[in-house]
Amino acid sequence: MKINTKYAQGMAALALLVSVNACKPKDAGSVVSGDAAAKVYVAPGKYDEFYNFVSGGFSGQMAVYGLPSGRLLRVIPVFSVDPEKGWGYSEETKPMLNTSHGEVPWDDLHHISMSQTNGESDGRWAFANANNTPRVARIDLKTFRTAEILELPNSGGNHSSPFITENSEYIVAGTRFSVPPDDKNGDVPINTYKQNFKGTISFISVNKDNGNLDIAFQLQGPGVNFDLSRAGKGNSHGWFFFSTYNTEQANTLLEVNASKRDKDFIMAVNWKKAEELIKAGKGRKQAAKYASNRFDESTHTAKSTIKNEVTVLDIREHPGLVYMIPCPKSPHGCDVDPTGEYIVGSGKLAALIPVFSFTKLQKAIADKAFDGEYDGIPVVKYEAALYGEVKKPGLGPLHTEFDGKGNAYTSMFVSSEVVKWNIKDLKVLDRVATYYSVGHLMIPGGDTKKPNPKYLVAYNKITKDRYLPTGPELSQSAQLYDISGEKMQLLLDFPTIGEPHYAQAVSADLIKNNSTKFFKIEENKHPYVAKGEAATKVVREGKKVHVYMTLMRSHLTPDNIEGIKIGDEVYFHTTNLEQDWDVPHGFAIKGALNAELLVMPGETTTLKWIPDRVGMFPMYCTDFCSALHQEMSGYVRVSPAGSNVPISFSTGTNLPKDDAAGAQAGAVKK
Amino acid sequence: MKKLLVLSMVILFIGVVASCGSNTNSESSTEAGSESTAATTTESGNPSYDPHRGEGKFTSVDLGASLDAAKADLGDQVFQVKCSSCHKLTDEKLVGPGWKGVTARRKPEWIMNFITNTDVMIDKDPELQAQLELCLVRMPNQNLSDEDARNLLEMMRKNDGVK
Repeated sequence: MKINTKYAQGMAALALLVSVNACKPKDAGSVVSGDAAAKVYVAPGKYDEFYNFVSGGFSGQMAVYGLPSGRLLRVIPVFSVDPEKGWGYSEETKPMLNTSHGEVPWDDLHHISMSQTNGESDGRWAFANANNTPRVARIDLKTFRTAEILELPNSGGNHSSPFITENSEYIVAGTRFSVPPDDKNGDVPINTYKQNFKGTISFISVNKDNGNLDIAFQLQGPGVNFDLSRAGKGNSHGWFFFSTYNTEQANTLLEVNASKRDKDFIMAVNWKKAEELIKAGKGRKQAAKYASNRFDESTHTAKSTIKNEVTVLDIREHPGLVYMIPCPKSPHGCDVDPTGEYIVGSGKLAALIPVFSFTKLQKAIADKAFDGEYDGIPVVKYEAALYGEVKKPGLGPLHTEFDGKGNAYTSMFVSSEVVKWNIKDLKVLDRVATYYSVGHLMIPGGDTKKPNPKYLVAYNKITKDRYLPTGPELSQSAQLYDISGEKMQLLLDFPTIGEPHYAQAVSADLIKNNSTKFFKIEENKHPYVAKGEAATKVVREGKKVHVYMTLMRSHLTPDNIEGIKIGDEVYFHTTNLEQDWDVPHGFAIKGALNAELLVMPGETTTLKWIPDRVGMFPMYCTDFCSALHQEMSGYVRVSPAGSNVPISFSTGTNLPKDDAAGAQAGAVKK
Repeated sequence: MKKLLVLSMVILFIGVVASCGSNTNSESSTEAGSESTAATTTESGNPSYDPHRGEGKFTSVDLGASLDAAKADLGDQVFQVKCSSCHKLTDEKLVGPGWKGVTARRKPEWIMNFITNTDVMIDKDPELQAQLELCLVRMPNQNLSDEDARNLLEMMRKNDGVK
C-alpha cells in the first residue's frame, strides 16, 4: 500500500513535469546553469558594477537598477507627479510639468539616451522622451533628478526620441503621429491626412556646459509615423537614420491600412547639411507655443518659460538633405553598429533583417541610384544601399544592440527570443529564450562606439507565470544574460516599474564618485530660505501666510503656529538644516490636498496648504530621522475668518501660562 | 601544549578582526561599521585613542591670549545656521548639551576634532558614547570647514567669557 502511494505520487510528478515541459518553450530550470547565482550575487554592503537606467513606460518615471544584482536603487520622477517626493506638488517643482496645455501630470516615458563624448557614454546626463504630450527631459546624474523638460511643437506624440549624436550635439524627437502644423488650421477632416498632415523631426541642441536644451531647428516632411532612430557614428557621423511606418498615410484602422506596402522606409537625414542651411538663413520662422522648464539648483526652484517660435526646414525644398531607403514591413528598430558602417532595420512583420551599408548608401546617392520619389524625396534603390540580409532570424524582430566584437543581438517579439548574429557574414550564432515577448534589449554602451559587453538585459512585455500571481496584472520582467562567452546564458529575472522600454547602462565608476551628497546651506539662494532657527518667521501678506520653517533632528521650527484664519493660503517654506548625506526630512500636515514634501539636506521646499475648517492641525516629519523622530511634530491653530487671534510662532517657549490655570481650563471644559 | 593552542587561537582571532577592519575603509558609509569594531577594543584599553585630543586632523590648536573678536563673530554666523537648532549657549540641554563652560571641560583640539570628525569620535570616545545614551540623537556631521570649526571655537571661548 505504502509502495503504491509512492509510485502514484512519482507518476503524478512525472506527468506534471512532462505537461509543464510540453507547454513552455523550455523549462527555465534547465536553462539556468549552476553558477548563475554566483554571477549576480552582490554581497551586502558591496556595490553593483553598472548603473542601469530603465524607462518606466506608462508610469512616466525612470528606474535605476544595479547590475548584475537587479536591485532597484531609485525611481526618479520625470513626467509624472510623485506625491511621495512632492514632485509636481511642491511650489518649486510644479513648473516642471507645465506645457502649452497647462500642467500635464502624467506621461509615457519610452526611451533613454545618455550623454556622449566621442561616441562613448560620459555619465553626465540621461535624456528621456514623453510619448503622449511631446516632451523631452534631461536628468542630472549628479543629483539623480529631472533638471529640465522641453515641450515640442508641431508634434503629435514623441516616440522617435531622444536619440543622441556622438558628442551630444543634438538629441532628436521625431513625431509618432503626424498632425497639421501648429501654425495651420487643425480643424480639418481627419481623412485629409495626405493633404494636411505633416511629420516633424526636432533637432534639440544640448549646451555643452550646463546641458540646457533648445530646439535648434525642425525638419518638416511628409505625414508618416516616425518610430525609432539612431545617429550615425564614425564615418556616418553627421547623419541620422529614422525608421518610418504608415507610409501608406492611413488615418484609420492602421493595423490593416498601414501594413499594406511591402516596404516602408528608413529615412536618412544629413544633419550637417541641415546645420549649414540654418546657418545660411534658409530656415523659416514659424509661430509655435511650447514650454521650456528648467530647475535652478541654487534656488532649488523651477521656472517655466513659454516660447513662441521655431525655425523650420521644409524637407522638399532642400535637395540632398534627406533620402529614403526602402525597408521591409513596418520597420521598428533602426540601429547603427559601433563602427557606424552598418544600419540594421527591424521590420516588425518581416522574416528577415536587412543590414544597410553607409558606404553603399553614399555611393548610391552619388550615382543617383534612385527608384523614384516619395513625396518629393529621392528613394534609394533597396539593393544599392543593402549590405545583406539575415535570413530566418526568428519572428518579429524589434531592436538590435551590439557587443563591439562584430556581433549583433536582436530581440524577437513574436518568437520570444534574443538572437545573436555576426554582422559581417550575417549568420545566426546563438539564440536564447526570453520569458516572454521581449521588446527592447540593452547592452551597456551597446548603442555607442564602445560597448561594454559583459551583460545583456531583455525587457519583456509579458510576465504570465514567471512570478507569484498578484491578481490580473504582474510587473513586467527584465532578464539578465551573461554574454561574455560564445553562448548567451540566462542569469536572473527581476521585476520593473511601469513598462520598461529602452534602457541604458554605464559602469558605476562614471557616476558614483560625482554623486551629490547634500546641498550646501551657504549656497542656498531660495527666496524663502531660513538659514538657521533665528531666521524662522511667519509673515502675513494679506491672505497669504509665509512660514519660514527649519527642519533639524528632531524638531520643526516653528512648531507652534497660531493666527491662521479660514480663507488663508499658507506656504510652508521648509529648509532642511542638515549638512550630511542621506538625512532628508519630510513634512506633512493634516488635510493637505496635494502631497508631502521630502526635503534634502540644505534644500528649501514649499508646500501650499489651504485650511478648510477651524481647529487644530498637526504637522510632522515623515522620514524617520532619529530616535526622537516621532517627536518631530507641531500644531497649527486655525481660527475663523475675521478672528483677531494674532500671528504667533515659536518652538519650545509656548508654555502653559501656569499649571493651575491650565488645569482650571481643563475643568471648565468638562 | 594547551597554552600554545589558546595563544594561536587568540592570534587567529586578532588576524580575523584586523582583516575585517581593513576591508571596510574605502567608503565613508562603511566607516561607521569598522570603527565600532575599534570602539569595542577601546573599552579594553586601546592605547591608540587619546580621549583628551580626540581623533582627527587637529593635534594642537594655538589659542591667543585674548579673544579674536572677528573670528568669534564669524563663528556666531556658523552657530546660527548649523548649531543653534540643538545647542543653547547656557548650560541648559536642548537636543544636545548647552555650551556654557565647554572650553573649560574640553581641550581645544578635542572640540575641533569632534565638530569636524563627528561620526568617528562618537564611535570612539567613551564620554561621547555616554552622552549619546542621554541625548539619544547622534550629533550630525554638519560638514564644517576647518575655518568654520576654528571660528566656532573662538565663539565658544567668547561665550565662556574670554575677553
